[in-house]
Amino acid sequence: MSSITGRSELDVEPSGDDASTGRLGDRIFSGLATGSGAFVVILIVLIAVFLLSQAVPALLDNQANFLTDRVWDLTPGDLRFGIPDLLYVTVASSIMAMLIAVPIAIAVALFLTQYAPKRLATPFGYLVDLLAAVPSIIYGLWGVKVLQPYVDPVQTFIGDYFGWIPFFAPPANTGTVFLASVVLAIMILPIVTALSREVFDQTPLTHKEGALALGATKWEMIRTAVLPFGTGGVISAAMLGLGRALGETIAVTIIVSTNPGLFRFSLFSGGETFASKIANNAAEFDTPTKAGAFIAAGLVLFILTFVVNAAARIIIERRKAFIE
Amino acid sequence: MSTVTQDVRPETPPASPMDRPARSREIKNVIATVVMWLAFLIAVIPLIWILGTVLAKGGNLLLDSHWWLNSQRGITNREVGGGAYHAIIGTLLQAVVCAVIAVPIAVFTAIYLVEYGRGRFARVVSFMVDILTGIPSIVAALFIFAVWVTTLKQDRIGFAVSLSLVLLMIPVVVRSTEEMLKLVPNELREASYALGVPKYKTISRIVLPTAFSGIITGILLGLARVMGETAPLLVLGPYSKSINTDLFSGFMAALPTMINQDRSEAVDPAVNRVWAAALTLIILVMLLNIAGRLIARLSKVSK
Amino acid sequence: MAQRIDVKDLNVFYGSFKAVEDVSMSVEPRTVTAFIGPSGCGKSTFLRTLNRMHEVIAGGRVEGSVALNGRDLYAKDVDPVAVRRTVGMVFQRPNPFPTMTIFDNVAAGMRLNGERNKKLLAERVEHSLRGANLWNEVKDRLNKPGAGLSGGQQQRLCIARAIAVQPQVLLMDEPCSALDPISTMAIEDLINDLKSEFTIVIVTHNMQQAARVSDQTAFFNLAATGKPGRLIELNDTTKIFSNPSEKATEDYISGRFG
Repeated sequence: MSSITGRSELDVEPSGDDASTGRLGDRIFSGLATGSGAFVVILIVLIAVFLLSQAVPALLDNQANFLTDRVWDLTPGDLRFGIPDLLYVTVASSIMAMLIAVPIAIAVALFLTQYAPKRLATPFGYLVDLLAAVPSIIYGLWGVKVLQPYVDPVQTFIGDYFGWIPFFAPPANTGTVFLASVVLAIMILPIVTALSREVFDQTPLTHKEGALALGATKWEMIRTAVLPFGTGGVISAAMLGLGRALGETIAVTIIVSTNPGLFRFSLFSGGETFASKIANNAAEFDTPTKAGAFIAAGLVLFILTFVVNAAARIIIERRKAFIE
Repeated sequence: MSTVTQDVRPETPPASPMDRPARSREIKNVIATVVMWLAFLIAVIPLIWILGTVLAKGGNLLLDSHWWLNSQRGITNREVGGGAYHAIIGTLLQAVVCAVIAVPIAVFTAIYLVEYGRGRFARVVSFMVDILTGIPSIVAALFIFAVWVTTLKQDRIGFAVSLSLVLLMIPVVVRSTEEMLKLVPNELREASYALGVPKYKTISRIVLPTAFSGIITGILLGLARVMGETAPLLVLGPYSKSINTDLFSGFMAALPTMINQDRSEAVDPAVNRVWAAALTLIILVMLLNIAGRLIARLSKVSK
Repeated sequence: MAQRIDVKDLNVFYGSFKAVEDVSMSVEPRTVTAFIGPSGCGKSTFLRTLNRMHEVIAGGRVEGSVALNGRDLYAKDVDPVAVRRTVGMVFQRPNPFPTMTIFDNVAAGMRLNGERNKKLLAERVEHSLRGANLWNEVKDRLNKPGAGLSGGQQQRLCIARAIAVQPQVLLMDEPCSALDPISTMAIEDLINDLKSEFTIVIVTHNMQQAARVSDQTAFFNLAATGKPGRLIELNDTTKIFSNPSEKATEDYISGRFG
């Protein structure tokens, strides 16, 4: 669980020892182990290959430009599908979720590592972790039925005062991207908090003491020693949260209105993400070409999350090397 | 032999000793403390709110024994009655089948990473496990769709759902197993080798049992995760109101799809059932989660 | 004006465990006092009560008084943060802030106190680096990271950082134990220079070092394992090392234990 940060309990480079002999048991066993590792690698490759191979026919048949045309019409023989709207809603909702969640996560992580009484830090941390255990469909349900009336006034307020900015155009319906962002923020909070917590916990005591010995207040010590030390870790935590938000399916599907007439480039309108578009149309995968269009959308999502996750890991690896 | 610049040590007037730091610094410190506490409360409120909502709106049905024994066959939206047995059994079956496939692969992958892996390939495998962690459930579902339905021309059945859940469960179990294996002290392995025990027996008879509780934790947490996934069900597991325990034919109900089916309903019995199904799912997932953590806390190999 | 320290009946606790018992001593302004004694005898613990760093550890508390120029550091109305500005500390392993440049490291304490005037900061940084005998070595690379220096240079950087806030007292917790002999010599020379401006208390496990740099020496010891540490003897350095009054002191100095 903690190795999500790339740091394992013992921080030891995985290097198998040379104790294998040539005997049959050893050969079978190591074969199984290596085979499983290889299986995982092949699996990822296969995912890319299959998605690509079934998206390509649909893409070739596409009468519209996949990347720039804002249309989604899958009449057989006249396929027209483009992803700009999907891309926009996916990215906007996820980044908005990050903007809400990351500052809170940093504060909670600081709370758990620097402010909470030591004995309570673990149970408190567990409470925050429990947020991650709630299934996403329940977040969606709760978001649209319970949270929505509370978010509405906020949306209306911002819409009224800042509505002249297209991004904040006033809400025309209740199932908005903004509401989804708020719920997404709650969903990614636990993972960003957990990783930030790990990083802050690793701040060497000597730097914290060095700051205190200079006459720093607690907050100043955090600003001088803890936060600068944890910057890289927090960034990769945020990116992993972003990756999670990008791929979230059912919560967004439930919350955001899909009425096409309601889509504008506003935070307070309806719309579909890659994931929710696929989910909303899952019953219509009857022909390979139609399914192919959705698989193409899934492929883009795969690439997006791949890149974000890979970047986050690279940041962690670089940081690990720097510490050592 | 003092080094240079003896001359440049002028007397500087001392700062007044032990004045309290400037007001503004103290205020900032206090504000920071308040903000941190507030942030924690903000983080915990949604959890309590959700749990409270689900309990309040669905709790009543769970006290009814019918809920646990009957399906929804023949029940319309306006009727009270029926239960969630079909969905509960579906969720459990799919998850167990998923575990049967995922756990051996995951455990052996972890064994590879810790006991055998060296150099480049091991790093690639580790990287790919991380990527697998980040794959959206809808993408995993699409992949299985592409393989199972489009290429292999099979039907959408419970087993296909389990297959996509496998992709989602593997990384969870790999990472927690890996952690536990790394915690087993190397001295233990060396003692075994020194006794002439071959490596495969050392791992299977000595290392794995020592790490066993952590592996169980990983499995429980993985199960908790996959039971709550909806996307694979949407793509591969259409809902049915009746009981179906055959993973290889027909539609199979599951708790998430039971919720999804009636989520837009406004009539009361249906709404009540939706929340009750949600509560059932949360209880299931939370129990697994808590059990997993408890086992980790009580584990033999301490941190 | 460097200040005198008067410690009276100080007992140091971790929770309910008494680590150091009944210490009373005085330190004259502008002198160097060395604390010596075997490992675990409480000398570092006691040192950390002089700038109220001991209470940073959970459960750390004291009974008794520590007075700086007559003012009790542990009085109810005294803020530990303010104490630490007046009583500076240098740690065993050099700990420059890794994300800061050399300049920023030295200026860190001043900036925390709200000093914004760039000219004043630059003057004080140069003054402190000169005071730490590090100026000539780093004056051309003040904006390079603090962590890029050698061990001895890093420690002098930490000393510069500590004196930049103009404390009255400088506490040093085994400042040379992580350094090579040449750097150690440089730091000892530095201590000799610094004592004209500061009152210095240094913990050291190296008796020869205590003999070289200090004016008075305090010998701490444990009565038995698990018992609290005590101050056994406090005297002029020359006397402690040539003709100690206590047998335990003599045994320690002549290497019979420790």
